[in-house]
Amino acid sequence: MSEVADRIKEIINPENLVYAKSPLLNDDIMHYCPGCSHGVVHRLIAEVIDEMGIQEQTIGVSPVGCAVFAYNYIDIDWQEAAHGRAPAVATGIKRVMPEKVVFTYQGDGDLAAIGTAETFHAVNRGENIVMIFINNAIYGMTGGQMAPTTLIGQVTATTPNGRNVDLNGYPLRITELLAQLPGAAYVTRQSVQNPAAVRKAKKAIRKAFEIQAMKKGTAFVEVVSTCSSGWKLNPVESNKWMEENMFPQYPLGDLKDGSRADAGLYSIKG
Amino acid sequence: MGELRLMKGNEVIAEAAIRCGCDAYFGYPITPQSEVMETLMANRPWEDTGMVVLQAESEIASIHMVYGAAGSGKRVMTSSSSPGISLMAEGISYMAGAELPCVIVNVQRGGPGLGTIQPSQADYNQATKGGGHGDYSLLVLAPASVQEMHDFVVLGFELAFKYRNPVMILADGVIGQLMEKVVLIDQRPRWTNEQIAEISGTWATTGKSKNRKKHVITSLEMDSFIMENNNLRLQAKYDQMKDEEVRFEAIECDDAEYIMVAFGSAARICQKTVQIARQKGVKVGLIRPITLLPFPEKIIAEYATKVKGFLSVEFNAGQMVNDIRLAVNGKTKVEYFGRMGGIVPTPDEVEAALEQKLIRG
Amino acid sequence: MAKVRGAVVVDTEVCKGCNLCVVACPTQTLALNRNVNSKGYHYSYMENPENCTGCTNCSAVCPDSCITVYRVKIES
Repeated sequence: MSEVADRIKEIINPENLVYAKSPLLNDDIMHYCPGCSHGVVHRLIAEVIDEMGIQEQTIGVSPVGCAVFAYNYIDIDWQEAAHGRAPAVATGIKRVMPEKVVFTYQGDGDLAAIGTAETFHAVNRGENIVMIFINNAIYGMTGGQMAPTTLIGQVTATTPNGRNVDLNGYPLRITELLAQLPGAAYVTRQSVQNPAAVRKAKKAIRKAFEIQAMKKGTAFVEVVSTCSSGWKLNPVESNKWMEENMFPQYPLGDLKDGSRADAGLYSIKG
Repeated sequence: MGELRLMKGNEVIAEAAIRCGCDAYFGYPITPQSEVMETLMANRPWEDTGMVVLQAESEIASIHMVYGAAGSGKRVMTSSSSPGISLMAEGISYMAGAELPCVIVNVQRGGPGLGTIQPSQADYNQATKGGGHGDYSLLVLAPASVQEMHDFVVLGFELAFKYRNPVMILADGVIGQLMEKVVLIDQRPRWTNEQIAEISGTWATTGKSKNRKKHVITSLEMDSFIMENNNLRLQAKYDQMKDEEVRFEAIECDDAEYIMVAFGSAARICQKTVQIARQKGVKVGLIRPITLLPFPEKIIAEYATKVKGFLSVEFNAGQMVNDIRLAVNGKTKVEYFGRMGGIVPTPDEVEAALEQKLIRG
Repeated sequence: MAKVRGAVVVDTEVCKGCNLCVVACPTQTLALNRNVNSKGYHYSYMENPENCTGCTNCSAVCPDSCITVYRVKIES
């Protein structure tokens, strides 16, 4: 056994390092619950910003919701927006500093309920920003109430008998709607429940930031996520529940590949 | 002396914004101030000064675009009219809480609700007592002429950055639609990145360079003791505004037995009323608060021991009159006269009210 | 012991014991410790260190970025 311990000591050596936390993530312990997808997505954003070398140009906009404190963890400039208004705040930043890199980080309540108008119109203007959308089908911060993306039959604090379409309407596939808008350049839906998904999601986030650099329009990355506390499952069960229940409603993949789709638009004559 | 022009109040807001080097305007059309954005768009300042002009999808979006751009250390403004300002209330509170400078113009119309597109001053309480949530104060300037519409945009930005606080220009439909001569300032350049670094380099989110800590624009603080301290810091700032920024005009008050208090276009009417009353031998003066917040309470308190009474003249149900009563503190009579629903009273009507409510009453 | 190819270091005070790395580990290297950290979480650790290949699957899924991974190249 001591032979193994000695061997490990040998291996744990800077020259053998293959993965270490991004230098853009500070040492604060994240306030998220154990297993929360937010932590993974935060890390991916930090890694992408670091790898692209754009820390000094990037301004993040955090939402109201669980990710309100995103600004505590990633070492870039941040603005904290009012509930749902992150796309408007990001528009303001980007319009006066078009040379900077601007992204919003929003949950389903923020982006797809209270901020629907700001979301749609920012994308419809083709704002050159990145929007990261965490969809976990529930309101985490306020204690597990129904979100616009809550599944039919899903139990939440405000749908104790399950979401009922007669009362509550339908789960909102806002990403599909946004993909219809000419201003949207890149629209994709990802997840982070296993290593392969995480690596794919990171590529998507990187692509989104590259689209911004190319000034092609809005780059929108939905990440189908878990909320163990809200779903009242442990993190491993949450991932399984997400795969079984969320993915049929919110299928993964690219909805728009990165070229701005303004073909077929009609302009008045003369 | 700058260029002399005949212009509408709303157009002058736009012209002054461009000329003073404003970086961005975000707005949404609403009567009676739509000419502000129309004038900006017609002037195409993005070609000359680089100023951004953007029509947002709502007043809510407008104020939060202002938030984002102001957080970048830029000089940013919006304008609207009463119902639109109500929609902005949340964002204004956030800006005050996050200590972001900006200029917000409210060309008031009558309410409540959709109300009327005719002029009003019924947003006095909204502007001076909050409107949004939390313990915050704006700095509120009340223009009474087209010239002041111009001057207060320039002054508004100076004050907004002096205090890192939103400044409201509380105009009304009369001043917005009025055409008068105005002297325009010469074109000033927008701030360079170096100037912004010098002025707002300790807080603006312009991208975190290696040699400084990250900047975070937020009004949020979970620790109650720190949050109380944040509030105390804001209150100290508001106290400083009270000490340094009170502005008013006192017209024929030296020998006055009665004083009218009125702001904005109501003060223009009262100026004529002073003449009419004095022709009849009644010694009447006028105090015109130029800053509604901070309110010129000291000058009113001083006159409270000298005059037989005050008449507050407002295009509303009597809002500023309460601030006058607080300043007078029972030392003399305080009455109110006003019209609502978009009706602008005549100087004779005010004179009759003065006689009925103060002199004979 | 030439087959030992990798090793992970868990920042045990940052770990919240979510178990996602344990599930993601293809070689059953990781497990949750019987002991807890100062917050009361059963932190992740190398239960079978000789299995570790340094594949970084654990660090990829870790929501708290508390795993550092090392790997040596093996000459076969």
